[in-house]
Amino acid sequence: MYDFNYHKPGSLADAASAIAGAEDGKLVAGGMTLIPTMKQRLAAPSDVVDLGGIGDLVGITVGGGTVTIGAMTTHGAVAASADVKGAIPALAELADNIGDPQVRNRGTIGGSIANNDPAADYPAALVALGATVVTNKRELSAEDFFTGLFDTALDEDEIISSIKFPVPEKAAYVKFANPASRYAMVGVFVAKGSDGVRVAVTGAGDDGVFRVTEMESALAGNFSPDAVSGISVSPDGLNSDIHASAEYRAHLISVMAKRAVAAAG
Amino acid sequence: MSQIHVTTKINGDTTEYLCDPEETLLDVLRDRLALTGAKEGCGTGDCGACSVTVDGRLVCSCLTLGAEADGCEIDTIEGMADGEKLHPLQQKFLEHAALQCGICTPGILVAAKSLLEKNPSPTEEEARYWLAGNLCRCTGYDKIIRAVMDAAEEMRRAS
Repeated sequence: MYDFNYHKPGSLADAASAIAGAEDGKLVAGGMTLIPTMKQRLAAPSDVVDLGGIGDLVGITVGGGTVTIGAMTTHGAVAASADVKGAIPALAELADNIGDPQVRNRGTIGGSIANNDPAADYPAALVALGATVVTNKRELSAEDFFTGLFDTALDEDEIISSIKFPVPEKAAYVKFANPASRYAMVGVFVAKGSDGVRVAVTGAGDDGVFRVTEMESALAGNFSPDAVSGISVSPDGLNSDIHASAEYRAHLISVMAKRAVAAAG
Repeated sequence: MSQIHVTTKINGDTTEYLCDPEETLLDVLRDRLALTGAKEGCGTGDCGACSVTVDGRLVCSCLTLGAEADGCEIDTIEGMADGEKLHPLQQKFLEHAALQCGICTPGILVAAKSLLEKNPSPTEEEARYWLAGNLCRCTGYDKIIRAVMDAAEEMRRAS
């Protein structure tokens, strides 16, 4: 790791001014991606702004049909939260299956979505549940937030404060995890809420998370595994790598979608 | 660039140190505090050889900055035995020969202790899932799991 200036602000406002004033600043949330990237010298920020000192960014509240999760809340805390388990059990289960205990105890929801790894789990949950990303500047819909591979709509000096999830009628997430990394080779989050049915896929698209509208229409009329079993997704625009070809990932999307609908009940 | 003053509690003892921004908690433990039990395997959070607990939660010390540990309580493998008396997990690892080269062992012991504090009666599947972040290239894991399950049973009997 190259040397850098370390900042540990106590408020969101101080963090925003620290990052705005840095020559090439990076925010560190859980550090599960940034620290390895800096060690590999793929990133060499002049300044690192640690969000770990801002207590307001941690916590989970439920009310008015919405689950609000602070950006610095760890995956482990989401997985263990009785409130999340009660309101959106699929979200707690998703968090419980990210990485390993060491990752879940440090990695945060805000850090995960800001990084927008194409194989991360949370993007599928945000898009399928129609979540809202709240920052120090504005509120963004999940679909507007995720703009591509490792890319989001966030400005350089914009900081996520929380994510608001509408409580769905039913939802489930099923992933085909890489056996070594536990990253999703394909993960499908299915949710039925007041705005209809949404099917969001992570791990497969070469541009990150995406919706499968054909499955959504089929499920709107008939929310059963049979409704999606005949729908195939084109391998065009899907990732091919040493773990799976685009064709295999396309196949897995249908299988995972069917399992997710069955699990949602 | 200027060093950062950090105050922590390590294995119950108040410990202060100065560190550079780019030093990880693992660097600090090993190179500044001479606590060399935690190992650097991959350095990128995959292998778990550097596992310690921070405020009671299992983490990779190689992915935590030394500066981030300010105000935290850290427990490492060095705090596991009670003087000369081994922790039941350590004893069972010896009895079951749950180690060969030993590089992963401190991390696995810290991780297993963290599991048994959360869940004194894990199923074998739960133990395997919990230890998913700790890699061992020698034992094939079976002896490790047997040692953990045996230690859990002994600790339940003793409590």
